[in-house]
Amino acid sequence: MDFLNALIAFLNFVFVPGLAYGAQLALGALGITLIYGILRFSNFAHGDTMAFGTMVTIYTTWGLQAAGITLGVLPTALLGLPVGIAATAFLTLATDRIIYKFYRKNKALPTVLVMVSMGVMFVLNGIVRLFIGVEEQNFADGERFLISTGDFKAMTGLAEGLAIKSTQAITVIVAVLVVTWLFWFLQKTRTGKSMRAFSDNEELALLSSINPDRVVQMTWIIAAALATIAGVLYGLDKSFKPFTYFQLLLPIFAAAIVGGLGNPLGAIAGGFIIAFSEVTVTYAWTKVLTYVLPESMAPKNLIQLISTDYKLAVSFVILILVLLFMPTGLFKGKSV
Amino acid sequence: MSRSAVLFSALTLLYISTGIIFSWNLALSILIMGLLSSIMALGVNIQLGYAGLFNTGIMGFTALGGLAVVLVSAQPVVAGWNAGGPGILAGLLLGAATLALTIFIWNRMATGRVRILITIIILIIGFILFRTVIDPAIIAVETNDPASYGNLGGLGLPSLLAWPVGGLLAAVAAWAIGKTALGLRSDYLAIATLGIAEIIVAVMRNEDWLARGVKNIDELPRPWPVPYEVVLQKDPSFIDWALRWGFDTVTSSTIIVKLCYVVMFSLVLLPLIWLSERALHSPWGRMMRAIRDNEVAASAMGKNVTKRHLQIFILGSSIVGIAGAMMTSMEGQLIPGAYNPLRFTFLIWVMAIVGGSGNNWGSVLGGLLISWLWLIVESLGPGLMIILTNGIPDGWLKTHLVESAPHMRLLTLGVILLVVLRFSPRGLIPEK
Repeated sequence: MDFLNALIAFLNFVFVPGLAYGAQLALGALGITLIYGILRFSNFAHGDTMAFGTMVTIYTTWGLQAAGITLGVLPTALLGLPVGIAATAFLTLATDRIIYKFYRKNKALPTVLVMVSMGVMFVLNGIVRLFIGVEEQNFADGERFLISTGDFKAMTGLAEGLAIKSTQAITVIVAVLVVTWLFWFLQKTRTGKSMRAFSDNEELALLSSINPDRVVQMTWIIAAALATIAGVLYGLDKSFKPFTYFQLLLPIFAAAIVGGLGNPLGAIAGGFIIAFSEVTVTYAWTKVLTYVLPESMAPKNLIQLISTDYKLAVSFVILILVLLFMPTGLFKGKSV
Repeated sequence: MSRSAVLFSALTLLYISTGIIFSWNLALSILIMGLLSSIMALGVNIQLGYAGLFNTGIMGFTALGGLAVVLVSAQPVVAGWNAGGPGILAGLLLGAATLALTIFIWNRMATGRVRILITIIILIIGFILFRTVIDPAIIAVETNDPASYGNLGGLGLPSLLAWPVGGLLAAVAAWAIGKTALGLRSDYLAIATLGIAEIIVAVMRNEDWLARGVKNIDELPRPWPVPYEVVLQKDPSFIDWALRWGFDTVTSSTIIVKLCYVVMFSLVLLPLIWLSERALHSPWGRMMRAIRDNEVAASAMGKNVTKRHLQIFILGSSIVGIAGAMMTSMEGQLIPGAYNPLRFTFLIWVMAIVGGSGNNWGSVLGGLLISWLWLIVESLGPGLMIILTNGIPDGWLKTHLVESAPHMRLLTLGVILLVVLRFSPRGLIPEK
C-alpha cells in the first residue's frame, strides 16, 4: 500500500493530461457555443476552422524559425498565434459576408444553415489539405518539460515520477487567461453585453438599437480566435493532422451540448467532463491499483475499461446520456 | 423535353464522351461507382428528403454492409472457431442480454434513486461478466496464425447473399440507433450519428477477430455470375470471340467484367427507385412529407411521428447497407481504414442535395454526376495541374501543387454544394 506513489501515478497519467486536454476541448466548445448562442446554428466547420488557424500558425512559426527568431524556452508558435488568429478572423468574416449573411437575412431554418456549414467544412478541409497536406506535423519547440520524470524522482525520492510537459502548462495558463478575458468581455464591456442581449432575445435586442451586424462580426472574430488558440494548443500538445481536427468535432460538440449549448460556462465544464471521462476510461489502471491494493489482490493484466481506440465512444455515450436525460445540458442551455 | 430528361441525356453524353476521349474502362469504372453512390444517395434521400432526418452516419452503414460480405462469403477459419468462437458468441450474447435487461428494468421500475442504482449495478456486473467471458476467447482467436488469419472468418456462402444480409445488418444497427437517438433535435441527431459511424468503423478497425481489423481481408469471392478476368483470358471460346471481333483480350475481359457489374447494380437500383417512387406517391409518402413539413400538425392528426421516423431511418439505412455490401463484394476486399466520413457520408449528402432532396430521380442524377466529377478529378487532377503549373519554374512549389491536386476535389465539392444551396436550394431536379 503506497498511496503517495499511487497519487503521483494518477496525477501523471490521468489528471495532468486530462486537464490539458479538457482546456483544449473547452476552448473549442466555447467557440461552438458562442456561434450557436448568437447565430443560432451548429457549426460543423468549427473543427476545420481550428485546423485552418493552426495551419497559418504553423507556417508563421516555420517562417520565424527560418529567420532565426524563437521564444527561447517557450514554443515559437506562441509568436505565430496572433497571425493565425488574424488570418482565421479574416476567413470567418469573409465566409460570413459571402455565405452565411444571405441565409441570416432570409431567416433560413437552422437545418439549412447546418448543411451550409457542411459545405464550408468541405472547402476549409480542402484548403488545409491543399496547403499543408494530410501528413502529421510537429511544430513544438523550446523546452520540452516543465518537470521531467527524472527530475521529479530526484527531487522527491519517490518511485513514481510526475512529468509536466511545458505544452500542458502553457495550455492551462493560456486557457485560463483567455477564458478570464472572455468572461470579462461578455460581462463588462458594451459589445459583450450587447452580444449577450442578442443571444437572449434577438427581437428585444434589435428594438434596443443594438447593431446586429456588429454583434455577428464580433462573434465570428471571437470564435476564430478561440478556434485558433484551441487548435494551436492541441497541436503543440499532441501534433497537427487535418483529419484529427475534423474528428475533434465530436468531443467538442459533446462538450458544448453536455454543458448546455449557448452557455459559455457550460462549455468549459463540458470540456473537462468529456476530457476526464475519456482519459479515465481509456487509462490502464494497473500501476495505480498495484500501489493501492494489498499485494495478494494486485492486478496482473491491464485494468483498462475500454481500449484507447474507442475514446470517441466515450464522448458519444456521455452525449447521448445527457441528451436523453437532460436535453438542455447540465447548465441550462438553449433548446430551440 | 422535360427538365430531368434533358439532364439525364446530358449525363449520358458526359459518360459516353469520357469513354471516347479517355477509355471505356475509365467510363465504366466511374459508372459502377456512380450506380453504387446513387443507391446510397437514394437511402439518404429517403431519410433527408422524405422525412427531414439528419443522418450523418452513412459511412457507418456502408461499413456494416462491407462487414456483411466478410461474414457471409469469406471462408471460415476452423482453427479460429474452435479456439474461441463459442466464447465470443457467448460474450456477445451476454452483452446484449445485459443491455436488454437494463432497458427492461429501467422501463418497469418507478423513477427514483433506486432505479438509477439498480441500473448501474446491472451494467457494471454485466460489463465485468462480458469482459471475463469474451477477453480470453478473443485472445485465443487472435493468436491463431495472426499473420494470415487471427479471425473467425465467414460462412463461406455465395457473395450475392451478402447483399441482403448487409441491408439486414444495417437495419438492425439503425433500429438500435434510432431507438436511442431519434428523439433528438435535428442537429443533435447529426452529431450523434456522426459519432456512431466513427465508432462502427473504429470497431471494425480494432477488433481483429471480426474481420482482421487494419490487416484487411482480401480475396473475397466475386458475386455470381461475374467472371474473373484471368479466367476469361484463358478461355478458348472467349479468345476466339475476341479475335473474331478484333478486340484486345485483356481490355475486353476487363470491360466485360465491368459491364456485368453495371447490369447487376442497375438491376438493384431500378427496382429500388420504382419502389421508392411508389412509396413516395402512396398515402404513406404523403404522411411522411406531412410529418417533415409540420411535425406538430401531423402528430395532432394522430400520426405517430416517432414510429414513422424510426421506420424511415431503418429503411434508408438498410438501403445504404445493401450498397455498402455491393461495393465490398465488387472490390473483393474489406479495408476498414478506407472508410472516411468525407467520402462516404458527406459526399453522398452532396449527391442527394445537388440532385434535389425529396426526389428519387434527383438522387440518381446527383449520384452519377458527382461520382463522375469526383473520380474524373482523381484520375485527371494531377495531369491538369501539370498543365496549369506549366508557367511555374520547377521546384518546391510546383511539386507541392501537383502532389496536392487530389485535395482539390474537396474544395470543388464544397463550392458546388454551397453554390447549389445558395442559388438552387431544391437541387437540379426539384421535388414536385
